[in-house]
Amino acid sequence: MGLHMKRWTVNPETWGAVVSILGFVLLWYILTAVLKLPRFDKLPNPVAVFSAWLSPHPQFGLSIFTRGYYLDILYSVGRVLAAFVLATVLGVGLGLLMGWSRVFFDYSFPLVETLRPIPPIAWIPLAVLVLPTAELGVIFITFIAAFFATVLNTLLGVRSIDEVYFRAASCLGSRPRDVFWNVVVPGALPAIFTGLQVAMGIAWISLVAGEMIAGQRGLGYLIYEDYSNLQFVNIVIGMATLGLLGYGSSALVRMLGRRLMAWEGRRRGGAMA
Amino acid sequence: MAKRWLNRHALRGLVSIVAFVVLWELVVVLKLPYLKFLPLPGQVAASLGQSIASSAYWQDWELSLGRILVGFLAAQALGITLGLAMGISRTARRFVFPIFEVLRPIPPIAWIPLAIIFWPTTSLTIYFLVFTGSFFIVALNVLDGVKSVDQSLVRAAYSLGAKPRDVFWRIMLPATLPYVLTGATVGMGVTWNVLIAAEMVTSAGQSGLGGMTWAAYTNGVLPVIVVGMLSIGVAGYLSSALIRFLGERFMPWRRRI
Amino acid sequence: MSAGGALSIRQVTKVYDPEGVHVVAVDNCSLEVASGEFLVVVGPSGCGKTTLLNVIAGFEELSEGEIRLDEGPLALPGKQVGPGAERIVVFQNGALFPWKTVLENIAYGPVVQRRMAKNEAQRSARELLRQVGLEGIEESYPAELSSGVQRRVEILRALINEPRVVLLDEPFRGLDAVAKSVMHQFLLDMFERTRCTMYFITHDLDEAIFLADRVVVMTTRPARVKLELSIDLPRPRDHRVLGTERFLKLKQAALEAVHEEALKAFQAGERELA
Repeated sequence: MGLHMKRWTVNPETWGAVVSILGFVLLWYILTAVLKLPRFDKLPNPVAVFSAWLSPHPQFGLSIFTRGYYLDILYSVGRVLAAFVLATVLGVGLGLLMGWSRVFFDYSFPLVETLRPIPPIAWIPLAVLVLPTAELGVIFITFIAAFFATVLNTLLGVRSIDEVYFRAASCLGSRPRDVFWNVVVPGALPAIFTGLQVAMGIAWISLVAGEMIAGQRGLGYLIYEDYSNLQFVNIVIGMATLGLLGYGSSALVRMLGRRLMAWEGRRRGGAMA
Repeated sequence: MAKRWLNRHALRGLVSIVAFVVLWELVVVLKLPYLKFLPLPGQVAASLGQSIASSAYWQDWELSLGRILVGFLAAQALGITLGLAMGISRTARRFVFPIFEVLRPIPPIAWIPLAIIFWPTTSLTIYFLVFTGSFFIVALNVLDGVKSVDQSLVRAAYSLGAKPRDVFWRIMLPATLPYVLTGATVGMGVTWNVLIAAEMVTSAGQSGLGGMTWAAYTNGVLPVIVVGMLSIGVAGYLSSALIRFLGERFMPWRRRI
Repeated sequence: MSAGGALSIRQVTKVYDPEGVHVVAVDNCSLEVASGEFLVVVGPSGCGKTTLLNVIAGFEELSEGEIRLDEGPLALPGKQVGPGAERIVVFQNGALFPWKTVLENIAYGPVVQRRMAKNEAQRSARELLRQVGLEGIEESYPAELSSGVQRRVEILRALINEPRVVLLDEPFRGLDAVAKSVMHQFLLDMFERTRCTMYFITHDLDEAIFLADRVVVMTTRPARVKLELSIDLPRPRDHRVLGTERFLKLKQAALEAVHEEALKAFQAGERELA
């Protein structure tokens, strides 16, 4: 493995990645700016996008040098963060309880299963009309999206714990509370983090929809506004930024998971013997 | 187990759903802040009754289901093909996968404005968005599936005299099928989200279940909004159930586990 | 170190009755285990010996009969004392908590029983590891250790609680011959040191005779005692005992009984298939 790492610059995987992404950008450029095929000629070309994105004086007022860009990022990230934290706390808590107590499961699961099939985005109109501000509406639908994914994966996580750990814990003299903290929680942790990954993805999807439809500021609002104002270059900047943020937030969740589950990473490998 | 479906557990579930509806009624009747704006369960039921009797409501169903069907099937066809290609050919994986990694994190809904700009008709726009909603998920799951094929099975097949074509049809494909199912299940969930958002944004009057809900929103008719939500929920549930059913039908070896 | 640990199993019957299928796993089984005795139970796979162990441990209820530990009732029909730290199980495939380090695993019992503070428990866990020559793995997770070391840690996790009985359910199954012989020596050392009652299940006759004060051969399902064999080999024992004439003679006697039951189980299996 060490050998490959040293030669990473000539690694065929890296080389392939660079070629394919450059090829993709080139194709995009040729279709939109050189051949100007019908329909494609309406789309912004990559040179226009990148030069605007990196320009200190962008034509449409959006680049890495403008304050508004960061303000929109801050709004979106803040909303996702609030919704995600709330969904994690409530979702993991509820999921653990559902997996832990049969009675609690019986009462809560059918309700969860009744509400879960409604896509978070279908909640937008109701949320906007009932909640006092549009801001809360957007956070609410982002929360709903992340919440169900978290609950369900946490529940599956508890269910997947091998019975033998419960037995071991009980014959070592554990009380129910000890079993909860020493078996249920750590045993469900891998599945919880799978759920949080999924939840993070869906949270961004819902956020964008919420901001487009009902939001003030934020990246979803930005791309829809710029569509209405015919500033198409900004749409692509907004999409790319959303992609980066989505990717970064998933990576963050993954990293946190690895931190908390040290035992998962350190399996006995053949090399150690 | 089958002899008493209304056992203790089912009864508790029923109790909680009834309690939920009663609570809903109460928060409106007691005029709790903000929640008092919710429509009453009875109003929703009445509105649902009217909807069911109207043909416009069923046209919305038809429109939404048709869009899901076209976009989703296109995503399956292309996603499975590309996933298999990436799984089998290293060259394909080397050149296609990085583009996937770049495009995938962009939330499908963020494609809405560009899609509207690019596609000449609303139908095409929505087909494309629905397609985007599940395409990446399907392809990546299939890729995982091909990677997970037990190499000893492949070697066993070759040593029994199989040709690459046989290995593909008899081993790769069946072994990948569960992953296709997973991709379809997850993809279907995202797809409905994207469809609803797309219908809400592009709605020009009559436009599917999402458009119907949106029209109710702009007109401020709360009971119809809830009818729309419930209908979308039922539609989403039915499509997932259909995928589950097909999965069991085509993978009988997984049914008994 | 430990006091008591006399286990009395009196006419125990265990019937499974899911969906009206009447399966008798244990049938009218009686067995006395003296305090400080090393008892090994041998029988064909699926004969019900694990069921009996689960009833003793408190994981399952019995249908008839009673089980007492030092005259205190453990199990009567419909009245079961739940699992407790005076009879700790060492499981077939290992049950160290994968998410706890070796030290946390061993210290777990005394801490949750509120017998020791966490620091104190970890100190005595460290001491225990040192005594058996396993220092250096305190901060490792179970998955980083070989299965032989895992089993030893699991046995230490049981013994630190000073149980009256240790219930071992084929704990060395799946280990290779060398690892197994290391484990046997380790377990005998631990037995000499603690003298707590051992209730050990296996289907390996060499293992059974090498370890035991007494070997009990069970019948095929439903489980009943078929043969009791007192193992009068002197202690402390080491691998040399395996070649002695006395050992071979005992093994021959046990083999007869086991073979007869295995054949019966095989035929029963054939009948079920037919």
